[in-house]
Amino acid sequence: MTHRRPVLHFRAGSRLIAVALALGFTSLLVAVAGASPIETFRLLWDGSLGTGDKFANTVMTWVPLVLASAGLVITFSAGLWNIGVEGQIVMGAIAASWVAREVDLGTAGIITLAILAGLAGGLLWGLLAGALRVYGRVNEIFGGLGLDFVATGLVVYLVIGPWKRAGIASTSGTDPFPREAWLPTIGNKLAPIAVILAVLAVVGVYALMRGTYFGLRLKAVGANATSAFIIGIRTHRYLLAAMAIGGALAGVAGTVQVIGFQHKLVPAISGGYGFLGILVVLLAAYRAAFIAPIAFFFVMISVGSSQLSLRLGLDSSIGGVIQGTLVLVAVLVGGWQAQRARHGAVAVED
Amino acid sequence: MEATIATIVATAAPLVYATVGETIAEKAGVINLSLDGSILLSAMTGFATTYVTGSVMLGFLAAMLVSMVIAALIAFASIELKLNQIAIGFVLTLLAAELSSFLGRPYVGVRGTSVPHWRVPLLSDIPFLGKVLFDHNLSVYGSFLALIAAYVFIFRTKRGLELQGIGERPEAAFARGIPVNRMRYLYTVIGGALVGIAGAAYSLDVKFGWRENLTLNFGWIALAIVIFGGWHPVRAAFGCYLFGALQVLALKLQPVSAFQGVSQILPILPFVLMIFTLVIVYLDWFRRFGERHPRWRRLLSSEPPAGIGRVFERE
Repeated sequence: MTHRRPVLHFRAGSRLIAVALALGFTSLLVAVAGASPIETFRLLWDGSLGTGDKFANTVMTWVPLVLASAGLVITFSAGLWNIGVEGQIVMGAIAASWVAREVDLGTAGIITLAILAGLAGGLLWGLLAGALRVYGRVNEIFGGLGLDFVATGLVVYLVIGPWKRAGIASTSGTDPFPREAWLPTIGNKLAPIAVILAVLAVVGVYALMRGTYFGLRLKAVGANATSAFIIGIRTHRYLLAAMAIGGALAGVAGTVQVIGFQHKLVPAISGGYGFLGILVVLLAAYRAAFIAPIAFFFVMISVGSSQLSLRLGLDSSIGGVIQGTLVLVAVLVGGWQAQRARHGAVAVED
Repeated sequence: MEATIATIVATAAPLVYATVGETIAEKAGVINLSLDGSILLSAMTGFATTYVTGSVMLGFLAAMLVSMVIAALIAFASIELKLNQIAIGFVLTLLAAELSSFLGRPYVGVRGTSVPHWRVPLLSDIPFLGKVLFDHNLSVYGSFLALIAAYVFIFRTKRGLELQGIGERPEAAFARGIPVNRMRYLYTVIGGALVGIAGAAYSLDVKFGWRENLTLNFGWIALAIVIFGGWHPVRAAFGCYLFGALQVLALKLQPVSAFQGVSQILPILPFVLMIFTLVIVYLDWFRRFGERHPRWRRLLSSEPPAGIGRVFERE
């Protein structure tokens, strides 16, 4: 698999065209399914931003998606397809759950330790996929996928086995953690610490990629690993570092999921945010500056779409359809514009 | 014993279609990463079409059409727009999976028709082999045919040699007068058609019906098996049967009392074991072992087609 880092060119125009086409396609689908498209989009808006509680819910869903996406910006920059991101979220969640269940140090102590544990869990899982790639030449897509399956198996095992609820083993999750291990909230749901973590991740990744030699070299490795090696960059180290950072941020996303949102460990703890994050980063054309707003838009769609099944009888997967169509169209339109630009340049040269 | 092996052969049949299809596309130099979503959407389409029309044949055709469209889209994005195949394939896999949930909702849990069973006369009376190979549903026989046809085509015909050429050295193939990009379209779409058959074989044969995420992760396993198979259809089929065996084993262990507490993770185990078998085979030292020992070389060492994932541009 050569030329690893996808080259995508985006302009404001292509994004608008993409949004319009995606909305058109989904309207058609919704109409075919027998519902009103306008009602659908109104419910998406209402369901995600309608009340203070819904807004808080949306923000708390936004946090893990942004954290995972920020990590993916780093791995994509190094030219890596970190499909293992789902497993890294899960391992972060498992590590944080262990702290939340076993450690008794008061709220501040538990939360600090849980975040560090989650970070370490994701980091090690990311590093493992990185090591398989660097030292074993196992393509990171399949190494990561394997580690995803292992993480899924492990979380199911913990939930029905050693960490099962008192008396009954069910896949609905462990007992809720003690209150001291919950992230403190304003109102019912909004946990400021989680939001701060997300903002720090975005700012940190932005600064790393825009303002440091590390970021510059990482991009060189991603653009052409052979050339980067020839000019003296230790490519292995950079690939491993990218997987470690990506995994660590995914691990923090898992931590926020367990101690800030679910307050227990459930089998589907990753929430699919890893793969959704890949879509976010593709739509953001790998730039940290765009991931926060795009992730927010995506989360509005995801959260809002759960309303649709209740109110309109539509399957909530319509949210995923909208997101997928949007990214597909954006990538295609971007490619088409870049193609036209290339042809234009050739014509001028002639 | 015979019955168990026959079950393994039947369970693995859809994967054989999918891996053969993906092998053909990748041999031509195009990675169709959308398999997981393509199989889901094809499974849903195949089942729904058969449910509505009552025709299994139409179900398979509709399923093929869906995956062919997806494959054509990947070829188009790669060849005309010079987009990254992995990126477009990944987006399509998620989109197709969501579409299958959305569009398939009315068909969850309904009972439909399935592929007819046919005992091959005479052949099925052969002791052991008859039961294992010749007492199946029609789609299982189709998987044998697809496998044999792909092997013969790729390695024993002139066109097959051309197919390898456009994947290995597109520039040289072009210089020999082969329309590289047109052929890449063709083989990617043919591969897509086989992936579509895989989907329909799941919903109309192996799993009898449709529910959300019916075939989740089977597409990823198929992609991994193609690599494990070293882009050789017969070796890939061996991987499919190994995975089928793991699945049947997990199913058999579920009622065993020793595994009662962890029976929910048994269905995940085949995926874990399979991927790690592949990872080990894939590891550098293992491949070098294959290269050092000529007797094992054919079995162990494998290199991807040199032009895989790369856009061919005539200068």
